[in-house]
Amino acid sequence: MRAQPAEAAATPSPGPGLIARFSRAERALHWATAAAVLTCAVTGFVLYVGPLTALVGRRTLVKDVHVVAGLAMPVPLALAYAGRWRDSVRADVRRLARWTAADRRWLVSRGREATGEVGKFNAGQKANSAFVLGMIPIMIVTGSIMRWPDPFALSYRTGATFVHDWTAIATWVVVAGHVLIALSDPGSLRGMLTGWVTRSWAERRHPRWAAGQGPPSTPPVSMKRATAPYDDRRPAHGGTRGRPHRGQELAQGARGHPRRRHRR
Amino acid sequence: MATQDGNALGDLGDAGTPIGRRVVLGMLGLGALGIVVGDRVQGAVESALRPVTQNDPTGLSSFVPTAGRFRIYSVTAQLPERSRDEYRLTVDGLVERPLTLGFDDLTSMPQSELVRDFQCVTGWRVPDVRWKGVLLRDLLEEAGVSDGATHLRIWSFDGAYTESLTLDQARRGDMLAAHEMLDGPVSREQGGPVRLFVGPMYGYKSLKWLERIEVVDALHPGYWEVRGYDVDAWVGRSNGRDDEPTS
Repeated sequence: MRAQPAEAAATPSPGPGLIARFSRAERALHWATAAAVLTCAVTGFVLYVGPLTALVGRRTLVKDVHVVAGLAMPVPLALAYAGRWRDSVRADVRRLARWTAADRRWLVSRGREATGEVGKFNAGQKANSAFVLGMIPIMIVTGSIMRWPDPFALSYRTGATFVHDWTAIATWVVVAGHVLIALSDPGSLRGMLTGWVTRSWAERRHPRWAAGQGPPSTPPVSMKRATAPYDDRRPAHGGTRGRPHRGQELAQGARGHPRRRHRR
Repeated sequence: MATQDGNALGDLGDAGTPIGRRVVLGMLGLGALGIVVGDRVQGAVESALRPVTQNDPTGLSSFVPTAGRFRIYSVTAQLPERSRDEYRLTVDGLVERPLTLGFDDLTSMPQSELVRDFQCVTGWRVPDVRWKGVLLRDLLEEAGVSDGATHLRIWSFDGAYTESLTLDQARRGDMLAAHEMLDGPVSREQGGPVRLFVGPMYGYKSLKWLERIEVVDALHPGYWEVRGYDVDAWVGRSNGRDDEPTS
C-alpha cells in the first residue's frame, strides 16, 4: 500500500531525463488562482489610481469584476481538495508548510547556502505559498467590509480599507517577485506549465527531491518525447479502472498536442 | 516502496516545523488587528511617511495608501464627462435672476483661493489642498435670493448625486464652486470641470461634477444623507467621528 498513491503513481516518463513535478490538478490550481489574483491586481490598480479610473471610465464594471475575481480566489483551492486528485495537492501542501533549519539557511543566504538540502520546494516557494494562503482570506474579509459596509462601524470600515490597501501593495510586490523569478528560471516555469522537468534541472535546484524520483533516467523504450504530463487521475494501483481512454490522450499528447509549444 | 507518509514524500516528509501555518495564522491575526486599530494607526503611518512622500521626486509615493492621497469614489456606473466648452452651471429656484454660466463666465467672476485639509468620512485625510473658484455667496448675490428661501439643493451632472446646504452655511467664506484644486484644473475623476468645495464638512458634501444650484425653502437631504449620513457634516462634530476640524 502506498500512503500517497497519486504521488507515487507510476506514470510512464514522457522521455529521457524528464520527471513529473506537478499533477494536472496542481497546475490547474496554480493557474486558476493566478488568474484570479492577477485580475484583482489589475482591476484593483485601476480603482486605486485616479487618472486610470478616469481613463477606463466604467468604474462600476471594474469594481464588479474586482469583487467577483476576489471572491473566486479560494475556489480553485477548494476544488483541488474536492476530488480524487486531492492527494497530489495535499502532499505538496504538506511539503510547502514545513520548514527545516536548512530552509532558513537557504533563505537567509538568498539561495547560496544549503542548496544541497532543498527538497521539492525551496524556502522562497514556501514563503510565497504561505503568503498567498494568508492574503486570500484577509483580502476577502476586508474587501467584503468595503463592498458591503452597512453592518460595520465606521472605524472598522476605515480599518478594513487600511488593511486591504497595504496587503494589496504587499501582494503586488510578492507576485511581481514570483513572476520575475519564474521567468528567470525556465526549468521551473516549465514544470508549472507542462508538469514535467528535466532531471538535470531537478538535481540542480531540488536535489533532495530529485533523489527520490526513481532511478537516474533510463527512458521507456517505446516512449519518445511524449508531452502528456504526469497524470494524477491514473489509478494508483496500476489497474485499469477509471478512465480507459487515458491511453488515447497520452498518445495524442505524444503526437503534437498544443501543449508541445511549451517545450524547448 | 514506503508505507509511511514521510517516506512516501521522499524528500522531506514531516520533518521541520509548520512555519507555513504560523505565517498564515500570523497574517490573519495582523489583518484582524488592522481592521480594529487601522482607523487610529493610519494617522501615525501617514505622518511617519510624510517626510518621504513630500520630497519624492519619483512620484511613486502617490501609490502609498493613506499618505495624503485622494480616493476616487462615484455613485454611478460611468464617470461623467463634460468639457469646459459644454459646461453649464445653473443657479435657479427661488431667485430673482436665474443664471446659466459657462466655464469662462465662472472664471471671469471674482476668484477666491483656500488651502484646507480634505477629510473623508471614511477616514482618509489629504493635508493642505489648494482650491480656487467662486464663492457660493457671490453666485447667490448675482442671482438674488428671494424671501423665504432657506436651503440649497445641489445637483451633479452624474445624474444621481445631490447635496444640501442651508443658506447660512452656503454664505460662509469657505464654500466654493471650484474649478482648480491641487494646483491644477479639477480633473475629470475629481469632479471637473467644476465641483463644489465645502471647507468645514466631510468630503461627501463637496459634490463633484457640479451642474445646478437650486434655491429652495425646505431641506432636501442629499444622496448620502438619505442613506444615513449626517446632513450637517461638520468635520469632527458629526457622523460619530472626532477628526480635527478642517476650517
